[in-house]
Amino acid sequence: MENLIALLVAAPLVGAALLLCGGKRLDRTGHWLGTLFAAASFAVGVALFADMLGRSADHRALHQHLFTWIPVGGFRADVAFQLDQLSMTFVLLITGVGSLIHVYSIGYMEHDERRRRFFGYLNLFLAAMLLLVLADNYLLLYVGWEGVGLASYLLIGFWQHKPSAATAAKKAFLVNRVGDMGLSIAIMLMFTTFGTFAFGPVLASTGATSEGKLTAIGLMLLLAACGKSAQVPLQSWLGDAMEGPTPVSALIHAATMVTAGVYLITRSGAIFNAAPDAQTAVVAVGAVTLLFGAIVGCAKDDIKKALAGSTMSQIGYMILAAGLGPIGYAFAIMHLVTHGFFKAGLFLGAGSVMHGMNDEVDMRRYGGLRKYMPVTFVTFGLGYLAIIGFPGLSGFFSKDKIIEAAFAKGGTEGWILGGAALLGAAITAFYMTRVMLMTFFGEERWRKAPTPSPDQPSVEPAAETRGEYAPPHPHESPKVMTLPMIVLAIGSVFAGGLFSLNEAFVKWLEPVTSFAHGHPPVSATTVTAATIAVLLLGVGVAWLMYGRRPVPSLAPRGSLLTRAARRDLLQDDFNDIVFVRGGGHLTTTLVQLDHTLVDGAVNGTAASMGGLSGLLRQLQSGFVRSYAVQMLGGAAVLVAATLLMRGV
Amino acid sequence: MSFPLLTATAVVPAIGAIATAALPAAKRTAAKWLALLFSLLTFALALVVAFRFDPGAKGPFQLTESHAWIRDFGVRYELGVDGIAVALIALTALLVPFVILAGWHDADTLEEATPNRRWRPTQGFFALILAVEAMVVISFEATDVFLFYIFFEAMLIPMYFLIGGFGDRAGADGEERSAGRRSQAAVKFLLYNLAGGLIMLAAVIGLYAVTADQLGTGTFSLTQIVDARAAGQLDLGTTTERLLFLGFFFAFAVKAPLWPLHTWLPGAMSESTAPVAVLITAVVDKVGTFAMLRFCLQLFPQASSWATPVILILALISIVYGALLAVAQRDIKRLIAYASISHFGFIILGIFAMTSQGQGGATLYMVNHGISTAALMLVAGFLISRRGSRLIADFGGVQKVAPMLAGTFLIGGLATLSLPGLAPFVSEFLVLVGTFSRHPVIGVIATLGIVLAALYVLVLYQRTMTGPVKSEVSAMPDLRARELVVVAPLIALLLFLGVYPKPLTDLVNPAVEHTLSVVDKKDPKPTAQVNAVPGSGRTGHAASDQDVEAAK
Repeated sequence: MENLIALLVAAPLVGAALLLCGGKRLDRTGHWLGTLFAAASFAVGVALFADMLGRSADHRALHQHLFTWIPVGGFRADVAFQLDQLSMTFVLLITGVGSLIHVYSIGYMEHDERRRRFFGYLNLFLAAMLLLVLADNYLLLYVGWEGVGLASYLLIGFWQHKPSAATAAKKAFLVNRVGDMGLSIAIMLMFTTFGTFAFGPVLASTGATSEGKLTAIGLMLLLAACGKSAQVPLQSWLGDAMEGPTPVSALIHAATMVTAGVYLITRSGAIFNAAPDAQTAVVAVGAVTLLFGAIVGCAKDDIKKALAGSTMSQIGYMILAAGLGPIGYAFAIMHLVTHGFFKAGLFLGAGSVMHGMNDEVDMRRYGGLRKYMPVTFVTFGLGYLAIIGFPGLSGFFSKDKIIEAAFAKGGTEGWILGGAALLGAAITAFYMTRVMLMTFFGEERWRKAPTPSPDQPSVEPAAETRGEYAPPHPHESPKVMTLPMIVLAIGSVFAGGLFSLNEAFVKWLEPVTSFAHGHPPVSATTVTAATIAVLLLGVGVAWLMYGRRPVPSLAPRGSLLTRAARRDLLQDDFNDIVFVRGGGHLTTTLVQLDHTLVDGAVNGTAASMGGLSGLLRQLQSGFVRSYAVQMLGGAAVLVAATLLMRGV
Repeated sequence: MSFPLLTATAVVPAIGAIATAALPAAKRTAAKWLALLFSLLTFALALVVAFRFDPGAKGPFQLTESHAWIRDFGVRYELGVDGIAVALIALTALLVPFVILAGWHDADTLEEATPNRRWRPTQGFFALILAVEAMVVISFEATDVFLFYIFFEAMLIPMYFLIGGFGDRAGADGEERSAGRRSQAAVKFLLYNLAGGLIMLAAVIGLYAVTADQLGTGTFSLTQIVDARAAGQLDLGTTTERLLFLGFFFAFAVKAPLWPLHTWLPGAMSESTAPVAVLITAVVDKVGTFAMLRFCLQLFPQASSWATPVILILALISIVYGALLAVAQRDIKRLIAYASISHFGFIILGIFAMTSQGQGGATLYMVNHGISTAALMLVAGFLISRRGSRLIADFGGVQKVAPMLAGTFLIGGLATLSLPGLAPFVSEFLVLVGTFSRHPVIGVIATLGIVLAALYVLVLYQRTMTGPVKSEVSAMPDLRARELVVVAPLIALLLFLGVYPKPLTDLVNPAVEHTLSVVDKKDPKPTAQVNAVPGSGRTGHAASDQDVEAAK
């Protein structure tokens, strides 16, 4: 059975190679081919899953060693796979949601002339992501880690004729590279500490080294996780990444790739368990990001950017849970899976709305769409209820457990983390209700032409005054798009409940991640009650602001916080001033210095030392032959000097 | 006497150079094909060398040839290869056919511009390329210091004419100005390298004097000197060894080039045609880093250790400085040149990290950097020749009109930024790990290069290939068949060596171990004892693999 593992990765990889090198003759069938390869990988995943369930909990992990990759001295990297319960969970999520999104893209990208290439990139992403979760050592994981970064770069910049898309793609790759630095250093530390970076020996030997080393490794892994999972302080790329086609946002920037950081931390649990300081850093990052993303999500009028803020925030919950140790790992992964369902569903719903609205993304230009897009409305609505944690739906089970575990951290820390998680739940309810109300309810604002913004007065007269405004004709998307949305909506409703039956999910993961029951200072019922209370509060406030009152089709100026949140809490301004402009000054100064100082100094030294300026003149006047004479002369002097020196 | 395989590998391109140069002016096309044929023959011979070479054999050098040459001075015609040399000879012989193919039309403009010429540009161009190849190959083979020195210096002459004589005619200003800049770049190249060479010559003669003094008969033979040192017959003395080391190292650092001796490279690379730029950075410069491994470390082990801290710092500066300057460049070829300076920093860092990962990685880096730079630079050359400009700002939106050109350029760029899965990642990571295990702080700072490389590559790609299509590039044709023949194999090789570098590491590892044993350095041991994992498939496999290897 273990020989099938490589097939999981190989199927989409072959698909990518075929589609990207196949040329125009595959233009007509490419999208079906791509979907087929994704589905094949899913089928293999299901077969392996069935096989795994047939074995007892302790014998479920499978290994497949393909070949030795880099053997140099004591350094040895293998191309080898490890399929255990944690990897299996990811495999099913990645290939399952991935296949659905392939299907959806057939409809969404129908009119794009480069659709074949799009599917090639999607397949490439699947292969890299599967490599990431199946690798049995950190260096191979790193290959998948950067591979998904490449796929993400190619897909964000898919419409690269748009400068904004090309810039966003570059930004995503660069910020991720900062995180990758962390992963490289972590691997190097593992190598010098343990002499290996394979999961098995490293994770089993954490007791053999000092806590300081483990803390350093943990912090470097956290840096990597921050980059890939868009956590503070490396979160700035995710909002811009929404420049990519919406299926990409759903698959890569919501359901799978951005959760890789959670996988990394959970996989490295043994290291973090032995390094409490690193764990504190992890929970701090998670708590800050879950609030940061939620606040940003409240202020965005672009439906995809609002959802991106939400993604950031939800991953913050997962990172927080993963930082709590054995009381949180299983819940981090459980929330990751349920989030994979409902957030992918929400993004696909947003894509469906855009599809019917001439690619408009500004929610202030939506309104009352529920009549025109009933399927989208219902599926999006179920995803909405799931994410805010409506009792009985998926998000309720997974998020509630994380909030409980946060309180169970104990002491002041527990109260702070639990409080932050509760506050985050309230804000989530607020901004998601806002999205829902602005899109599907209220006045049909798209019927009127947009009024020009007072901040950016347009040179041309408004379309309406010229009588040229043609309102969009909102319509439901084709079946090939709505079907995946329906499947994901079903997952959003039932997955959480199923996972929680008899603690099935926790028991499933326990052999890999270990599990301990947390003991919150207040009873679990109280936490649940509080969660439901803040949920109602958030929904209520949103209804007062966006349901009862009409939504202006032009954004009001807003408070200081709103304006800062629209600008991603000024993070981009900071980056621009410090790195972009500061870096620009640095490099141009260096260019000057290189020309005048370094070059000048070397030339000057050379000229004064060896009479080279004379040689230069002669060479330029064409006496190349004198080269030999001068060389001999110079040599004679230097030889004499050396011989004399020998006596020293 | 067995067939002198190593001599043949160097002589074949030399004969090719003479034959090509001898063709009459009218036979331009024949000259191109003849040069290509000879370069392919050389490649075939290099492959034979690689297959005849046995990585497991005892002794530092194989396929050796040894003849007395200048008896009075103990100069011998001594050739021999270790795994490192085999890899680099293969790289050289592999790249030259692509260089020739890519430069197929580089001399044509000169033919048309100067109808009443006294020389034959096409014949000259290809003959010079083959001449460089011959000299580079023999430099990799020579185990006699003097023999090495002669060809190390002599290759400057054909390079000088290649840089000064054949520009890409894509400068921002008129032909006259760019001709001036071109000859200036060529002279600068020559002067820098001559200065290095002169100092080295003094050190070479100094070395001879010392051996003559202590061994009775003077020698330039690397193996003799290393053996005599090991046997305790030869003791250079601390000061002399250091001075001699510096003499050698200076020449190699100019050629490599190492900060602050790098300033000749951007000019030479940007003013010459793209294939010649590849010849400079991917082939000729490698002689410098190769010679550090072969001569500096093995002849002067103690002085090498003594100089290590300074050299590591200079290499680190090269990495960061080269990358930062690449970011600010407005000229595509200058950008690639500064990127190369950054990469040479990595190579030198790996060599002087004095670990098997560092030096093995550095050797792999030389090969991989050669392939990746060739891919990137040659595609850049195709791009530049289409537009007639090297300025990044003159491009935009090329992806839309020439997707294959853009795609191959991106892959070349991704290799340059060491994306995992492509060959340069393997070598860069090995260098970093090898450095980190002995000098953690330097290793950590060097990883900054990862981020900066992404910056200059992606900015270059974004500005040239994406965005709205500029009107000047709207009619740009995509890759032609000849160009695809140049690029596709290089990309395939980058992928192959990224996924399966084992043939290369197997070749290089014993040579690196030998070098380290001469320098008397051992890899640092891991600080913690690793627990065996019960029932883990991996360790079981690892053990059985080693058994198989041992059985061989």
